[in-house]
Amino acid sequence: MTDAPQTPALFAPREPIFPRRVTGPFRRLKWWIMGVTLGIYYLLPWLRWDRGPNLPDQAVLADLAGRRFFFFWIEIWPHEFYFIAGLLIMAGLGLFLFTSALGRVWCGYTCPQTVWTDLFILVERWIEGDRNARLRLWKAPWDARKWRLRITKWAVWLLIAVATGGAWVFYFTDAPRLAVDLVTGQAASVAYASIGVLTATTFIFGGFMREQVCNYMCPWPRIQATMMDADTITVAYRDWRGEPRGKHRKGARAAATTGTATAYDTGQANALPKDAATANLGDCIDCMACVNVCPAGIDIRDGQQMECITCALCIDACDEVMDKIGKPRGLIDYLALSDAPRERAGQPPIPVWKHVLRPRTLLYTAMWGAIGLGLMFALFIRSDIELTVSPVRNPTFVTQSDGSIRNIYDVRLRNKSGDDRDFRMSLTADTPLRIDLQGSETLSVNVPADSTKLQRVYVTARPQDPAATRDRTPLRLWVEDTETGDRASSSTTFNGKATP
Amino acid sequence: MTADPNDPKPAKPPVDDVTGIETTGHSWDGIEELNSPLPRWWLWTFYATVIWGIAYTVAYPAWPMIDRATTGILGYSTRAEVAADIAAFEDATAELSAQLARADLTALEPDDPLHRYAVSSGAAVFRTNCSQCHGSGAAGARGYPNLLDDDWLWGGTVEQIAYTVRHGIRNEQDPDARWSQMPAYRDLLTPDEIAQTVEYVVSLSDRPHETAQAAQGAEIFADQCSACHGEAGTGMREMGAPNLTDAIWLYGGDREALTATIANARFGVMPPWGPPRLSEAQVQAVAAYVHQLGGGEASEASDVPAN
Ligand code: SF4
Ligand code: SF4
Repeated sequence: MTDAPQTPALFAPREPIFPRRVTGPFRRLKWWIMGVTLGIYYLLPWLRWDRGPNLPDQAVLADLAGRRFFFFWIEIWPHEFYFIAGLLIMAGLGLFLFTSALGRVWCGYTCPQTVWTDLFILVERWIEGDRNARLRLWKAPWDARKWRLRITKWAVWLLIAVATGGAWVFYFTDAPRLAVDLVTGQAASVAYASIGVLTATTFIFGGFMREQVCNYMCPWPRIQATMMDADTITVAYRDWRGEPRGKHRKGARAAATTGTATAYDTGQANALPKDAATANLGDCIDCMACVNVCPAGIDIRDGQQMECITCALCIDACDEVMDKIGKPRGLIDYLALSDAPRERAGQPPIPVWKHVLRPRTLLYTAMWGAIGLGLMFALFIRSDIELTVSPVRNPTFVTQSDGSIRNIYDVRLRNKSGDDRDFRMSLTADTPLRIDLQGSETLSVNVPADSTKLQRVYVTARPQDPAATRDRTPLRLWVEDTETGDRASSSTTFNGKATP
Repeated sequence: MTADPNDPKPAKPPVDDVTGIETTGHSWDGIEELNSPLPRWWLWTFYATVIWGIAYTVAYPAWPMIDRATTGILGYSTRAEVAADIAAFEDATAELSAQLARADLTALEPDDPLHRYAVSSGAAVFRTNCSQCHGSGAAGARGYPNLLDDDWLWGGTVEQIAYTVRHGIRNEQDPDARWSQMPAYRDLLTPDEIAQTVEYVVSLSDRPHETAQAAQGAEIFADQCSACHGEAGTGMREMGAPNLTDAIWLYGGDREALTATIANARFGVMPPWGPPRLSEAQVQAVAAYVHQLGGGEASEASDVPAN
């Protein structure tokens, strides 16, 4: 071991990153995705959906107190949580699929951390200027101007953060009413606490932590690494085309453009072997555009890195440069690493679909589709009426004074419709059995709209009936909506007093 | 450049030759560790959690001592919290309980909120106080009546059940307890006579029997038993005398059990559960609960449905 003073610092402050503005197809795509996802997030709770007088009219509502989840025409009850579980599994499989096919697309385009960071950087650029202005401001002393700009920026960030935290709670209560309650101080303290926590995380993660969240806090980048292989299409630098990098001289550039025109036209530009006419320099002019636009603050030319979220902004930046110097686009590009040796040897890459269609992506798609179809099926066979029967097994049967045998069942009746309903109960079995309802002389039960009722049901076999002395008799309990005729049933067993 | 321990003061931190990355300078058998510095905010977060941890152990119960844990300067305890929750709950239901104590149970509709409150709180009272003898499902056991069936020794209307709960059966504590006593016939009848009576009792519930024996038993029955059990053996609720013609036998209906019952008599006891043991509201609640278990009878002057 060496002396202590030689040990370098084991902790490092965050290196500030000042991503430059960039234009191009990927940047445009990202703006669109940001607009759509944020638009959905902020506005969805305000969308109304008419469900009749007894049910909330919010299109998407997770009513925790009432234990219902409303999604447009779908209403999920707690015992149907498998829908949510299924959707979560589908979301997971979807991420696996996209990651194994296209690398960290989730990170680069749709992850909330990326989207909100992107928005915060946009605000930062509007207020403090582009990369160079921000760099200067960062180095400048804390004078009035710097304070003014910083405070303006933080204020706008905070506004966005409050809106973000605020939008979240609207998914859990009727939005218009909650908005009024929030402003007048009438809302539940948990609402204010949720807004506070989400405001703080949005403000800190989007404004100050940014790539630190991805690099040090998020487990997903590590998990993703196990889902990628050499066929995964990801952002990479064609070093065989770009190296050795260096500033191009005029003559060399002209020679490069004329000497290679035919090859570019055949679409094999990226596979082009080094031409002696380019004065031994590759296509990379070492302008640092790709580094300057990178929100992760890395240099993609160093190869695949853990920090790269594959936002593709470096592709846009480099393509712009390539256009200017008259070289083909795609020095930095989406490509599969298994194509590298082929391209290096001057052969064309294999088609993208061959990279994408491989056993693991097909398997993920199949699983994803199977669960999706299963859920759809389950959704369509759902009815407005349901019953679950739990036989009372303590005791298994009761002997009545006339010698008849009675079994007791706790039946949970669910009326999922928006109206009060009268349900009539009945039973079917292959031997005579009699059904009675606790607390009622008739066989009909009123179940209020959108609620459940626990009804105790007695089933009796007279002493001479076979069921009275048979060990077990299967039977089916039915419930029928007296108005619509909808029926539901559940099978159960009748326990007799078996003769010893 | 690898660190040389003989070099007293290298100018720069040591650097790994292969990767060009700084090393921590630590070397184990020539294996060196690359330096990947943690972010400084991580360090501060770590310090913050340490401070939080210390503050927590000072403020809240934390360290196990010999007979108890440190109490923490905030004096927080989960037991106190539970006690407060229970008190708050009792406060919240005080009004309902007071109403229930006064309520006329026979007049309560099944859907009345007060009835629902009575049944659910009665279930809790039953589990705590009654299930030891009557079973958690109220199915009873030999000598302890099944409360689910339609056979009641002392009456099955809700107010009769409430009376039984309040005063109990054959106990010395409550002068109002339900009371009756069957004589032990081993000193009054010969074994033959007892056997004949048993045969007659068996015949009452339409079971196979010795006709001649039973006919002799019928005479003994008329002399000795019918005063309480009735001429036809259908029992008498004022005396708590069971119906002998039905299918329900508290102490067993086979010849052996009947012989033991007639020879020795039975003396089932139930303690009085009225105040101070249970509050009046709890007595009413448990009566309402038992009444709706399946065997409750309708009261004369009301329309409480029976099953
Ligand atoms: S943007 Fe392109 S040309 Fe410029 S440094 Fe990066 S890879 Fe080289
Ligand atoms: S290297 Fe390129 S794709 Fe990766 S994070 Fe940076 S800009 Fe985005």
